[in-house]
Amino acid sequence: MTIKVFVPRDSSALSLGANQIAEFIQEEAAKRNIEIQLVRNGSRGMFWLEPLVEVEAAAGRIAYGPVEPSDVASLFDSDFLHGGDHALKLGITDQLPWLKNQERLTFARVGITDPVSLDDYIAHDGYKGLKNALNLAPVDIVAQVTDSGLRGRGGAAFPTGIKWKTVLDCKVDQKYIVCNADEGDSGTYSDRMIMEDDPFVLIEGMTIAAVAVGASQGYIYLRSEYPHAEVALNEAIRNAYEAGYLGRNLLGSGRHFDLEVRRAAGAYVCGEETALLESLEGKRGLVRFKPPLPAIEGLFGKPTVVNNVISFATVPMIMDKGSVFYRDYGMGRSRGTLPIQLAGNIKQGGLVEKAFGITLRELLYDYGGGSATGKPIRAVQVGGPLGAFLPESQFDTPLDYEKFAEIWAVLGHGGIVAFDDTVDMAKMARYAFEFCAIESCGKCTPCRIGSTRGVEVIDKIIAGKDHAKNIALVRDLSDTMLHGSLCALGGMTPYPVLSAINHFPEDFGLQQKEHAA
Amino acid sequence: MSQNQLAQIHLKITRHIEKHSQLPGALLPLLHAIQDDLGFIPEDSYSLISKALNLSVAEVHGVVSFYHHFRTQVPGKHILQVCRAESCQAMGSEALEQHIKSHLSVDFHETTEDGAITLEPVYCLGNCACSPAVMLDGDVYGRVSASKIDGLIACARETVMNSEAA
Repeated sequence: MTIKVFVPRDSSALSLGANQIAEFIQEEAAKRNIEIQLVRNGSRGMFWLEPLVEVEAAAGRIAYGPVEPSDVASLFDSDFLHGGDHALKLGITDQLPWLKNQERLTFARVGITDPVSLDDYIAHDGYKGLKNALNLAPVDIVAQVTDSGLRGRGGAAFPTGIKWKTVLDCKVDQKYIVCNADEGDSGTYSDRMIMEDDPFVLIEGMTIAAVAVGASQGYIYLRSEYPHAEVALNEAIRNAYEAGYLGRNLLGSGRHFDLEVRRAAGAYVCGEETALLESLEGKRGLVRFKPPLPAIEGLFGKPTVVNNVISFATVPMIMDKGSVFYRDYGMGRSRGTLPIQLAGNIKQGGLVEKAFGITLRELLYDYGGGSATGKPIRAVQVGGPLGAFLPESQFDTPLDYEKFAEIWAVLGHGGIVAFDDTVDMAKMARYAFEFCAIESCGKCTPCRIGSTRGVEVIDKIIAGKDHAKNIALVRDLSDTMLHGSLCALGGMTPYPVLSAINHFPEDFGLQQKEHAA
Repeated sequence: MSQNQLAQIHLKITRHIEKHSQLPGALLPLLHAIQDDLGFIPEDSYSLISKALNLSVAEVHGVVSFYHHFRTQVPGKHILQVCRAESCQAMGSEALEQHIKSHLSVDFHETTEDGAITLEPVYCLGNCACSPAVMLDGDVYGRVSASKIDGLIACARETVMNSEAA
C-alpha cells in the first residue's frame, strides 16, 4: 500500500517553509523509488512544531517536526515512512500532550483531512449535519441551534439561534446569509484556519443556516489579507457545487443555495456587521445606525443572517450530534467550546479548543509554555486590539463571557496575545488610540476625533507633562468614546487604554506621583 | 505612459467593467479585478466606472480612498507588507519595521528608488503564532528576523533584475 505523508498547506505552516518541505519529500521519494501519497492537510495548530510532517501508521499518524529542508534526506534514511526513529520524531500525533487534552468539536477535522477533498470531508462525518437539517422543519433547526447555547463568536456573543429566528420570522421572498470572515483582530487566526484547513465545515454551516431561514444566496466576506483562504474556499465551493451540495435542488431536497466569496479591502471597521453590509453593497464601510437590525433589514435591505466563521462552522456538529451534546460543555451561560488562539510572545503558540471555563494561566503556561523570550509574562491582551490588557493577578480568570465582563474585559474572538516584561504599556495605550484613528470609518465624532485627541494626550503623558491632569483627560475622553460611539471600534478602544492605565500605572509615570502625594 | 499603453489600460478596464457590472454590489469586485490586473486603480478610470455602475465619480473616489487595500499609483514590482499589530509588536516588529525602512530607504506607502519594492503596513496577517510576520507578493513569512528579511528582499530584487535582463 502507498504510504500517506502529510505536509500542511495552512498559511502559518507555509510561512515557515512547508511548501519546500513538501517538494523535497516528493523529490527524495522519487529519487529513492518509493511510492508515496503526499496529502496537503491543514495544520494541527502546534505552530512551534511547523512544518509538521506526519506519516500514516497502523497505530495512528506519527509526527515529525519542525522539519527543515536539510532534514528531509535523514528522515528517509531513518525510515520515517515506517515510523523510524529520528531526532525530530514526536510520537503519535493524537497522543501529544498539546492535542490530547483538547476538546476539539468545531476543529474536529482541522489538520486531519485534505481541506478541499469532499470525499475526505464526508469520510470524517462531513455533511451529516446538513442531512439531518434537511429532514427537519425550519423552526426545529433554529430551535436546535438556540438550545445548544451557541453564541456569536465574533465578539458581541449574541445567541445565534435568536438571530436566526428573527430572520426566519420575516415573510419576504429574498433573504441572505452573510459570513463575516473579516477576522482582523491581532492574535486571532481561528477563522483563517477553518477557511484554509476545513472550508467545507463553513460551507455546510452556511447551507444549514440558509435551509433554516429560507435564504437562497450567501456571501463570505473575506479579508484581503488572507489570499490562501480565498484559494481554499473557492476550491471547496467549486467541489461542493459539482457534487450537488450547493446550487439548485440541494441533495435533491428542492432547496436552493448559492454561495460566493467576496474579497474585502483592508478596512478593520468592516468586521462590524453593518459596515460589512455597506461594503458588500459596494459602498464605503460606514457603520449603520441600529435599528433596523440586519436580521430585519440587512444586505440590500433584506433580512440577513450575519454570523462569524466560527459560529457557522460550529453548527454542522450541533446538527449532527444534537444541541444537548454541545450544551454539556462549558460553564455558566458560556456553553460549548471556544477555539482559543495563543499568540504574541509565547513559547508554544497555536490553537487550543477547550470548553469554556479553562483559565488564562492554564492556557499561557500549560499549553503556551510561558513566554518565547523566557522572561515573565507581564500583560496579556485578550480579544483583539479593542480588548483589555490583563495583569498577572487576573490570570486565574476562567474563560467565560460573564466572568470576563466582571473584570471589565472581553473574550471577543478568543485571541490571546502575550507580552513579556519589556512591554511599555503607555506605548500600547497610544497604539490603541492610533489604531482607532487609522481604522475609524469617520461617521461618528467620538471615534473619529476622540482617537486622534487620544494619541495627542498620551504623547503628552509619555513626554512627562502633567501626568495627573492628562490621565484625567484620557479618562474623560474614554468615557465619551465608550458611551457616545456608534459601534464597537470607538466604543471599545477605551478597554485597552484604561486597562493599561489601571493595571500598569507605573508605565504612565503615575505611581511615583501617588507615592509623592 | 505612452498613448499605446494608455489605450491598453483603457481596454482592460472596459473588459473588467463588462464582466462585473451586473453583479449585485459590483464596485468592490470590480476594483479588485482592476487592481489585480494593473497593480493599481488609475484615477482616470473613475468616470468609466461611475457611468457603468450609475454612481457619481465622487462615490467611486470615496470607495477607493476609504479602503487601505486600494492604491491609485503604479506600485513597485513587489509588494512587501509588514504586520504592525500587537502580536507582532510583542515579538519585536517595531525594530524590524525600522530595519526594513532604513534598509530600503523608504517609509510606508512608498516605493524604492529602483522601483523594485513597495512597502506597506498591514494590521494582522493571521500568522500571530509565528510573529513577527510579513507578506511578500501574497506569500506569508513567519518569525522574520532582520537577516531573513534582507534575504527575501535580495531575492525579490534579483528576480526584477533577471526579468529586466531577459
